[in-house]
Amino acid sequence: MARFHSVSLTALALLAGASPSFAQELNALVWCDHTDPALVEPFEEQFGVTVNLKEYEGTAAGLAILDQSQPGDWDVLVIDAVDVGRAVEAGHLAEIPADQLPTADFFPEVVMAENNVIDGKTYAVTEKFGYNTISYDKTKVDPADMQDMAALTSGKYDGRIGIYDYYLPVIGLVALGQGVNTADITAGNLSSLKDPLFKLRAASKQVSDVVSAQTALATGEVDIVVGGGEWLTAVLSAENPNLDWTIPKQGGLRWAQSIGVVAGSTQPDLALEFVKYIVSPEGQARLASSSCYWGMPANAKAGDSLSVEQKTVLRWSEQPEFLKRAQLYPIPDAALDTAMQDMWTEMLNQ
Amino acid sequence: MGWGLVAPALLWTLAFFVLPFAAMIALSFAHMEGRDVVRGFDPGNYVRIFTDWTMLKALLNSLEITAIVTVISVLLAYPLAAIIAFRVPARWQRLALLLAVLPFWTSYVVRSYSWLLVLGQNGVVNKALLGLGLIAEPLEIASTRVATVIGFVHFFVMLLTLTIYANLIQLSPNYARAAADLGAGRWATFRHVILPLTLPGVMTGAFLTFVLCIGDYITPQILGGNNELTLPQLIMLQLGRSGNFPLASALSVVLMAVVTVAYFACSRWLRLDRV
Repeated sequence: MARFHSVSLTALALLAGASPSFAQELNALVWCDHTDPALVEPFEEQFGVTVNLKEYEGTAAGLAILDQSQPGDWDVLVIDAVDVGRAVEAGHLAEIPADQLPTADFFPEVVMAENNVIDGKTYAVTEKFGYNTISYDKTKVDPADMQDMAALTSGKYDGRIGIYDYYLPVIGLVALGQGVNTADITAGNLSSLKDPLFKLRAASKQVSDVVSAQTALATGEVDIVVGGGEWLTAVLSAENPNLDWTIPKQGGLRWAQSIGVVAGSTQPDLALEFVKYIVSPEGQARLASSSCYWGMPANAKAGDSLSVEQKTVLRWSEQPEFLKRAQLYPIPDAALDTAMQDMWTEMLNQ
Repeated sequence: MGWGLVAPALLWTLAFFVLPFAAMIALSFAHMEGRDVVRGFDPGNYVRIFTDWTMLKALLNSLEITAIVTVISVLLAYPLAAIIAFRVPARWQRLALLLAVLPFWTSYVVRSYSWLLVLGQNGVVNKALLGLGLIAEPLEIASTRVATVIGFVHFFVMLLTLTIYANLIQLSPNYARAAADLGAGRWATFRHVILPLTLPGVMTGAFLTFVLCIGDYITPQILGGNNELTLPQLIMLQLGRSGNFPLASALSVVLMAVVTVAYFACSRWLRLDRV
């Protein structure tokens, strides 16, 4: 099967070189992990094309870019798995053939058909996942404390905590700390999360984006990052093996990103080939250890292409347990989303 | 003939300032229904900006930080520019100016992250103070307003030094000589002759500092640790997170209004021919 896949890709690559039907550039709207040349260059060489990558942060920003673009401007979209429905609703994703995707090789929990398949049509496929939980420096905090979220607001670690600046996972974690499942967060009970969120904020030193959170943890500015996980500490592990992460007893959040073909793409076949490359074992291994941030590959067969050290950092062997204990991001409707963001903004400016 | 010559500039301004600005004002009166923008004439965004404490506080934070940065930058840049203009030999002045603006050659983002490392608990500043025995515990500088102000001042002192130097170097030494002949001391000469004559350069630089500082998103985002929001950060939250373009537009109009007020406050001194 793998051999057939390889042969067919090679044939398509030759076709791409000979036929004017394939344009020479593929435009992809992605997250920063896709900008690692080690990930994209093998595809570019195989198909003789250039992949133009534009990074974005936050689904709203990505959808706004697509809203303001002409059909055909973009070919591939990487998006938060829980937001695939929003992109489909806005008409930005095209159906892709499910039978050409290796989802049978995926960790079953991250196939996420409930998100990627809408009305029986597949619009995206999960490519990478991980956890928003607690990262810490194990030489500076008691690892046993990190098993209980209550320790964060006990006073013991005041001023030594950084919060990852993304409202969905952090409010989700706070909810888990209060015994509320992420799927059960509603406009009605959101106000009950305000007090614990603000207490966490009061105990924290800063609220930071990815780079600042990594810098703070690496330089000892903070000892704990709430909302962190393997994506935060893995790229630093070689230089600082003291950085670790865990899922506390209350649970953690599972993030997942999906990839799909943009509706209106003028080269949907090539775009689909890119999607297929990304979810292939080789593409998955490269994506998992991308220079921007690491994360678990959705395709379990990528394990064959990852080194023992890489799998150790990703906690490969512990995934069955982690997957059981992690919940998905909250999926708020527009009203709840606005309420959550207003609460987050108030928290930042308290 | 005259209109023909200015037409390109007018068209440029119309296409890339007037029309986008008009579109932004129009959008600021729209509102959100769910995730959709509904056009219309709804002043709700402006009402919210001036009644929601979170938004008002962001505006006040921006004004406070900008005022502090502008004052400190002027106080540091003026003597630096005066030393270069009056104390450094003419043949070394270019080199002195080059050294003064050298940090401009580094990326703004990289410079901000560098300050984060310098001001951190294990950074150069704290290690030096601890080493000298001046403090017993590391100071909390990074991720505070102080860090934001330091990052801004480092940048704007360079800008102000250039504008003030350009003004000082145009001054004829005869002014100071005449004042001395009339019995004025150094301080009186500075206060009654030099300072008034260089005020246009100072105010132009201060105005540029105000405009650039109050609209800056990167420095408070990186160095402030999100411990207080400024107006540009609030605008970015509406654009990048909420997709609330009407509210972001209204906040941007308020930002423009603040800059316009600052312009009129300084306008009597803003003469580019004196810079």
